[in-house]
Amino acid sequence: MKEFKGSSSYVVSADLLRIVNVAIALEKPLLIKGEPGTGKTMLAQAISEALGKKLIIWNIKSTTKAQDGLYVYDTVQRLYDSQFGGEGVDDIRKYIKLGKLGEAFSADEQVILLIDEIDKADLEFPNDLLWELDKMEFYIPETKQTIAAKQRPIVIITSTAEKELPDAFLRRCIFHYIAFPDQDMMRDIVHAHYPDIEDKLLELAMRGFYQVRDLPTVAKKPSTSELLDWLQALSLGGVDPKKIEEELPYAGILLKKTEDLTAVKNARNRPKNGYRW
Amino acid sequence: MFTKLFYLLRARGLMVSMNEWLSLMEALERGLCRNSLLEFYYVARAILVKTEADFDKFDEVFLLYFEHVQHLEEIPQELMDWLHDPKNMKKYDKDEVDARTTFDLEKLREMLEERLKEQHERHDGGQYWVGTGGTSALGHSGYAATGIRVGGEGQHRHALQVAGERNFRDFREDSTLDQRSFQLAFRRLRQLTTRQDGPMDVLNLDRTIEKTCDNAGQLQLEFDRPRTNDVKVMLLFDSGGSMTPYAKLCSQLFQAVNRANNFKDLRIYYFHNCWYSDLYTDPRCMYGESVQTQWVINNLSREYKVIVVGDASMAPSELTWIGGSSFYNRYNNETGLTWLERMHSRFQKMVWFNPIPEAMWQYDYGYQTIEMIGSVVDMYQLTVEGLARGLKKLVSAR
Repeated sequence: MKEFKGSSSYVVSADLLRIVNVAIALEKPLLIKGEPGTGKTMLAQAISEALGKKLIIWNIKSTTKAQDGLYVYDTVQRLYDSQFGGEGVDDIRKYIKLGKLGEAFSADEQVILLIDEIDKADLEFPNDLLWELDKMEFYIPETKQTIAAKQRPIVIITSTAEKELPDAFLRRCIFHYIAFPDQDMMRDIVHAHYPDIEDKLLELAMRGFYQVRDLPTVAKKPSTSELLDWLQALSLGGVDPKKIEEELPYAGILLKKTEDLTAVKNARNRPKNGYRW
Repeated sequence: MFTKLFYLLRARGLMVSMNEWLSLMEALERGLCRNSLLEFYYVARAILVKTEADFDKFDEVFLLYFEHVQHLEEIPQELMDWLHDPKNMKKYDKDEVDARTTFDLEKLREMLEERLKEQHERHDGGQYWVGTGGTSALGHSGYAATGIRVGGEGQHRHALQVAGERNFRDFREDSTLDQRSFQLAFRRLRQLTTRQDGPMDVLNLDRTIEKTCDNAGQLQLEFDRPRTNDVKVMLLFDSGGSMTPYAKLCSQLFQAVNRANNFKDLRIYYFHNCWYSDLYTDPRCMYGESVQTQWVINNLSREYKVIVVGDASMAPSELTWIGGSSFYNRYNNETGLTWLERMHSRFQKMVWFNPIPEAMWQYDYGYQTIEMIGSVVDMYQLTVEGLARGLKKLVSAR
């Protein structure tokens, strides 16, 4: 069995690594939950790169239905064709279009299927997929055809905990919660993205970043991806590292709400127990 | 294996299913836990626990179950110091060592205890003592067919240590909540109208197309009844007095309910400690800004689900006496308890959320009235878990 060991651009913690391999070995979907910006979606890409398997992404929106992932019967096209005498109208198969799940099942080689942000959809959505994910097959009544997985795909599901997922669904998954990275881990992550970043800049920016995150008054805490953007802005803008602590330049990259910006400003004007801000 | 752990988890409220347990057993069988307790901890957690809110509970149970494993680790500090920097291994004869160091766990434990008593200095590279780089069954950085690794834990921390840190305490569901969790909880309060009643006024596009196709291209329209949330809610807030410390919590709940604008109807009234003949329409409970309780009971249909938020703590007389109301100038002709029961007999779906921690209900200042009210209305603590349980009660058929 091939084992996932992380990839060059994705720093993976030891416990996540372990869980990914357990999920692959047990052939169960892996449910990844965590704060936005902790790299849930990136994980699937990293796995696909590391294992050299194709990645199929099914992005879930609030209007997505389970059926969309299986197949769509394009009746309108068929009607259209029939009126203008198109070829093969009597062949329904021509009008069955497989969704992402169907695509993953019918692939000849094992693929990685990412069901991204499953909690965006309706509350009942995960329940509608129970059978399909369990048995890795579904039936198309229109053509009396069963689409079964040729190679069981590796299924990664992400969730931001907007909605509770149903118990029956959870029972079938392996669960992992990505905690927000601590400073050491964060340093590794930054280095993976910007290998030649200045140490001084990184050090001071990280200090600023974690201070902002630790402020209880900040409602939307900045995430990893925001830190990465901020670092890029800082180095592109040629900001003097010393100024980072004093001024917190480009704060708008870290904080997206006016209230949060004010909160940080207020906190900085009020130095307490050794904190510069 | 570990069947007791399974039941212990369930006894502590982690509803681990048989399927999940079997998956864990499969993982064990296939060596995915790599014979390490730490690996076992992570794998078990991933398979058995499906929300970070329960991680803490899991940690607790795990600690409890594996506690007895830990005493083996009680190695004197002095010995640990000797083991601190390992010596490299010299050449050894593998067969000879294998033959000499194959023991069962009982024997190994015995040996370790024996050595702990008699060893007084550092030994490395040997065959007998607890040391490094040697071929004795005890120590580390050496080789033996079986053995107990003493010290030198490498990069892996001990599983019990990890569980003992209980990093996920913050996520416990029985902690009190912020507004978002309130909002999420209120999504559970949903009862959709059936497809049997209401007007057929929404075009079903898929079926229209399908039917039109079946009809050889002649348009045939198909309609559906829309499904909407049918839940009507009446919210009763205890306001002022002993509720002041919980004002923030209550205002968050209030806003969450207000924003969850998916109810068919929402009525909000206020009372002070207990309601009598009047319910107030304003949190200040001013005289005049009120409706008659009897009017509410007569005019709102039975379908209303009643949510009461209050600490239920007052002088018992406020519940049991005629004229016991704490507003001395608003004399009540009937007891508070009578009004409470009257409300409940009209609105069967009624729950009471109490911000006081449940564990305190028997000891707090209001223990008598909490008990009296609790015997009439189901009472839950105002936490994520309590709210979920209470709301579940409201939508359940019984």
